[in-house]
Amino acid sequence: MIKLLVDNWSAFISGFGWTVLSSLLALFFSLIIGSLFAILEVMPSKVARVIGNVYVEVFRNIPLLVITMFFYLVIPLYVVKINGFTAGTIGLTIYTSAFIAETVRSGINSVDDGQMEAARAQGMTFWQAMKNVVLPQAFKLVIPPLGNQFINLVKNSSVLAFVAGFDLMYQGNAIASTTFETVNTYVVVGLFYLVITLPISYYMQHLERKLA
Amino acid sequence: MKRFKYLALIITSLLLVLTLAGCGTQPLSSQNVLENDKKSNTITWGVKADQKLIGLIDVKDGKEKGFEIDLAKAITKKVLGKNGNAKFVTVTSQSRIPLLKNGNIDAIIATMSILPDRKKVIDFSDSYFDAGQSILVKKNSSIKSVKDLNGKTVTSAVGSNSVNNIQKIAPKARVLQLPDFAQALTALKSGQGEAMTTDNVILAGLAVENPDYKLVGGTFTTEPYGIGINKGQDDFRKAINKGLKEVIKDGTYNKLIMKWFGNVPGFDYKEVLRK
Repeated sequence: MIKLLVDNWSAFISGFGWTVLSSLLALFFSLIIGSLFAILEVMPSKVARVIGNVYVEVFRNIPLLVITMFFYLVIPLYVVKINGFTAGTIGLTIYTSAFIAETVRSGINSVDDGQMEAARAQGMTFWQAMKNVVLPQAFKLVIPPLGNQFINLVKNSSVLAFVAGFDLMYQGNAIASTTFETVNTYVVVGLFYLVITLPISYYMQHLERKLA
Repeated sequence: MKRFKYLALIITSLLLVLTLAGCGTQPLSSQNVLENDKKSNTITWGVKADQKLIGLIDVKDGKEKGFEIDLAKAITKKVLGKNGNAKFVTVTSQSRIPLLKNGNIDAIIATMSILPDRKKVIDFSDSYFDAGQSILVKKNSSIKSVKDLNGKTVTSAVGSNSVNNIQKIAPKARVLQLPDFAQALTALKSGQGEAMTTDNVILAGLAVENPDYKLVGGTFTTEPYGIGINKGQDDFRKAINKGLKEVIKDGTYNKLIMKWFGNVPGFDYKEVLRK
């Protein structure tokens, strides 16, 4: 197994790099997009709530692979040419953002209504109250489930392999099928994923302890 | 203290995974395949399900159809007798060798070239078909031969030998490895690449279904296809070789070639007839 790792070191590392990059991009954007839709879902305006709900229900309930294939195969035909890496990262972002929206919304909902009312009574606008009073409390509550979403995101990034996104799984498939060391290759790939997910796991636990 | 416990737990579980991975369990594949097959009167073949003319599952009746399917049936009858059954399991370029090694299938007849690297892992029968790698492009493409591929993006399937060949012949070509040939073609169609490369018979099947695409530049490698058999199954391999020889001798082989490749534009079936 060491030999396999040494022989294919550059392929593993480049796959690892693309997986980390895709995960970071998707994590950043899905957190922003997810939070925005979470706020939409709790806004007083009915239109906003419907938009938020539709987005979450649609993308939460379609398989990630379908969303990704849509961006890889359909969008280039009619709109703009995007490569496998981009298509995979966009798919990952949209899919994860729907779950993050639900997570953050549940956090907002579990902050007592009185907090919002009191903030509004002080003369704050809805957005001011959201930003300064409700969201800070909400995020603190949803750190553990958010951590789950981040870890899922990293693991789901293996969808890039299906659209030739050069990620860890893609390189793993290529190595396994040229060396025929199927078991060893996927064990190494699994270990590389652990290198990314375990620190996230620890960091989220640390954050939970620090803020609780 | 708690942290160390966690760390210890993780290390232990990792070691467990590694040990499990290391211990080569003795799967079905180490039993005598020929004896088992004679007992059950069935040979289980790993075949392609997505390649027109060679091995394709017909969506109308769910049955496998193609040259390799017919050839496998013919060989089965020679090995097991007239009432022998051929059972088909769908494989891809990527899954075929692992499925053979863990005993899910007895033999691979799935457009697999006989290669030194593969010979280290499995055994091959005598070659049953002489294919060669070629290129598929859109009808109005500027690509005329493999040399034009430098600087272009080429799609292919993961686990196929085509990827290594193209990297040797056109080193500056960017290769995208998709899960199978159907997806490699879909990626080509949506503009993810300028050409698709693999063996000419596979591309011929795709060109028949997609008239907007054509084969260019002829073949630039020779790919003798062989039936993949597990190592240590010499009885079975000899039986398959004998069956194959008989199929060629009694003319069934050439009939099958005519049946499947007699009418493919850009493919000269006379080159692959056997005497």
